[in-house]
Amino acid sequence: MPLPARAVFTDWQAHSSLESILSECKSLLEDMTFPTVRAWRAQGGKVLGHFQVYFPEELAFAAGMLPFKIRGAPLEARHADSHFGSYLCSILKTSLELALSDRVLLDMFVSHPICDAARNLAAIWGRNRDYGCQILYLPQNANSTHASSYLHNEYRRLLDEIEQVTGSTIADDDLRTAITVFNENRSLLRRLYAIKRTTPWLLSVDQAYVLTTIGGLIPRPEHNRLLQTVLPLIAAGESKSKDKIRVVFEGGFCEQPPLELLQTIGRYCYVVDDDLMIGLRWLTEDVPTTGDPLSNLAEAYLNASAYSPVQHDARKPKEHMLLARIRDADADAAIITAAKMCEPGLEEQVAYTFALNQQRIPFFVSEFEENMTSFEQLEIQLETFAENIMFD
Amino acid sequence: MTQLQTVENLVGRGNTEGADLFRAWFTELEQTAATGGHAAYVFVMGSMAEILRTFEIPMVFPEINSLQTAIRRVAHQFLNEAEDYGYSPDICGYVKADVALQLRQGDHPMGKVPRPTVAVLTNACNTYVKWAEIWERMYQIPCFVLDVPGTRDIRSQSHPGDPSFENDRLYVEAQIKELINLCEQLTGRKFDIDRLREVLGHANRMNKAWQRVIDLNRTQPSVFNALTDGTIYLGVSNSFRGSSEGSRYFERLQEEMEYKSSQRIGTLTNEQYRLVFVGVPCYPIFRRFNEFFTEWNGTFVNSTYLWFASGGANRAFEYDLTRPLASLSEGTLLSVRDAMDSMFHQDRAVLEIAETFNIDGVVFHPIKSCRTVSTGLADGRRALMSARDIPSLFIESDMMDRRVVSEAQLKNRIDAFFEGLASRRLQQSAKS
Repeated sequence: MPLPARAVFTDWQAHSSLESILSECKSLLEDMTFPTVRAWRAQGGKVLGHFQVYFPEELAFAAGMLPFKIRGAPLEARHADSHFGSYLCSILKTSLELALSDRVLLDMFVSHPICDAARNLAAIWGRNRDYGCQILYLPQNANSTHASSYLHNEYRRLLDEIEQVTGSTIADDDLRTAITVFNENRSLLRRLYAIKRTTPWLLSVDQAYVLTTIGGLIPRPEHNRLLQTVLPLIAAGESKSKDKIRVVFEGGFCEQPPLELLQTIGRYCYVVDDDLMIGLRWLTEDVPTTGDPLSNLAEAYLNASAYSPVQHDARKPKEHMLLARIRDADADAAIITAAKMCEPGLEEQVAYTFALNQQRIPFFVSEFEENMTSFEQLEIQLETFAENIMFD
Repeated sequence: MTQLQTVENLVGRGNTEGADLFRAWFTELEQTAATGGHAAYVFVMGSMAEILRTFEIPMVFPEINSLQTAIRRVAHQFLNEAEDYGYSPDICGYVKADVALQLRQGDHPMGKVPRPTVAVLTNACNTYVKWAEIWERMYQIPCFVLDVPGTRDIRSQSHPGDPSFENDRLYVEAQIKELINLCEQLTGRKFDIDRLREVLGHANRMNKAWQRVIDLNRTQPSVFNALTDGTIYLGVSNSFRGSSEGSRYFERLQEEMEYKSSQRIGTLTNEQYRLVFVGVPCYPIFRRFNEFFTEWNGTFVNSTYLWFASGGANRAFEYDLTRPLASLSEGTLLSVRDAMDSMFHQDRAVLEIAETFNIDGVVFHPIKSCRTVSTGLADGRRALMSARDIPSLFIESDMMDRRVVSEAQLKNRIDAFFEGLASRRLQQSAKS
């Protein structure tokens, strides 16, 4: 299936300064009418919405669909609220709200059994929308010798479903092309994060977040062009290093903190690494473009990937991975957050804080919600936390 | 044998024998705790009792231990300890009660619980995985996640023989073989396939009788209460799965229920309302919660809990003893998948029950502690209401945490529900 010819996000191209480009990107990210999805559909393109955390977007891209990352939204769940009970995280409700309010029109929805709440989402979505709602069962036994071959076949099954939506067959070469595009994207994002680690004064946490996250809203070739343009501009920035502590932010793997929260953190800390939208950066190396593409993607998911509280892998104890992230980023401290009512995040906080205590690494524990609007208390606490470390 | 003697011998036997077996099981655990032998921590949805029993590894069900603290009204002490340790009030209460139990070196109101030497869990509930990671950290034990892929699409299902089913089954079979290897390493025993056949044979007998017992509750009046009696049966079903005691228990339970059914001996003397329970029981006030319904002569004739908390044993998958491993993988896949479906597609389960159980209403009981079961209930209720005209009640509380159980509020809602049922019945009789 041919991709729509016209770019869906062009506003940034009229600008040459980093500040202006970032401003356009931020506007897009905060636009709850999702103009890029509408523009894509207006050209006859089909959209595959995929819920957090990781989804092999290459499959949708190879089929000519727009892979749209569903990450909740800071809005009131007017339609979705009555479909859920109490004691749930916000992202579930607001994600469904996007569909029920027709803010986002999809041709297919895919979710994953990442947590007890989210694994209900496909059934709920399917009971309320006519298009296909699939669960992609990524292996929860990553240590089984059979996991890779199972996942290859699971990807094949999903590809068959996607082909039914698009009405076209996806060849291996289509997948290889897609892998090439996404390899480039991953490489560009690694460069972005390298800047955060080495010269964090050139790129604040909220700016990096905006640049990363809009990848889930636009076709990857467009995202690649954007990143290719801004990376040199960021590197050429003239900001000077300030007296701020270097921290790792943990807890943004699913529900997303408001931008304002990230800005608040950025006022006192350099966030030198994080797990924000980790699904878009899940694969940590280039995926081979020769051989069986589905096997390559499956192998990469299992053996060349990041970590999150929603994946169990005996090779990747989460607290060890966090300590490695802190070490690799040369961070002074960690901000350990969890979305309200997020069980995996809240459970992991205990292991993280024990490990950090053991290593005598300072940490700041907090909870957030995508809809929160008050940050004053957090700001006071963060300021105190940062000062304690700096003047210790 | 006179009828009176039969009534004396039979009626209530399942509950008495179930309680005895449960005590015996706990005594065995105490012995394991004392001697320091192997103990596998497992869960009700996919315990892999078939394999563990083949290796004679005692099983501990932390879910059952935790709910027992709630029934015995001491759960709050355990929850407070775990929260003091660092766990959030907003996570699963079972997990927290178990954390406190581990911190107490296994001291439980029913006795001493042994420390785990291995944890075996499925992905039927994601919290199982997070929970096992706690033991992994506390005790540095192996945690075996048996990944059982579930239903992918609300509109279609794979079946034995389909390529996608076979992909899932082969994955499960490969993992079962890996579990066997792990058990061999742990115990130093060689895997005995004939012993597995024997265990599977007991599981077959238990499954068959369990399904029949559930079916017998179609009788009017119903022969057991799915909420209260059902919880006893579930305890035996899980802890004695694959054993001669377990299969014998369920065959004798079937005998009791057949008798009650034939003699029209109901669990209530004046059954007025036949209800289905969807969700997890309110254990902190278990008896009182049930009385809210029985005081109105309402009883639970079936529940999704009986389905998923037995790991899908209600489907009575029959293992083929001529090809035990392939059949075990197929049975595990089908049963655990069905258990998951009865949580995520509970509206369908209720519609299936409504076909033959002649029900008057459905009680949806989402709880704070369990998102697996509770997240989809409000939407499931909407789907049910649009599919059939069945009165339903939606009440929230918890399975462990009495801080979120409001007895007065529950009673008000339940009373209003029954008043509505009574009024509806009057209107229907006036029309006919």
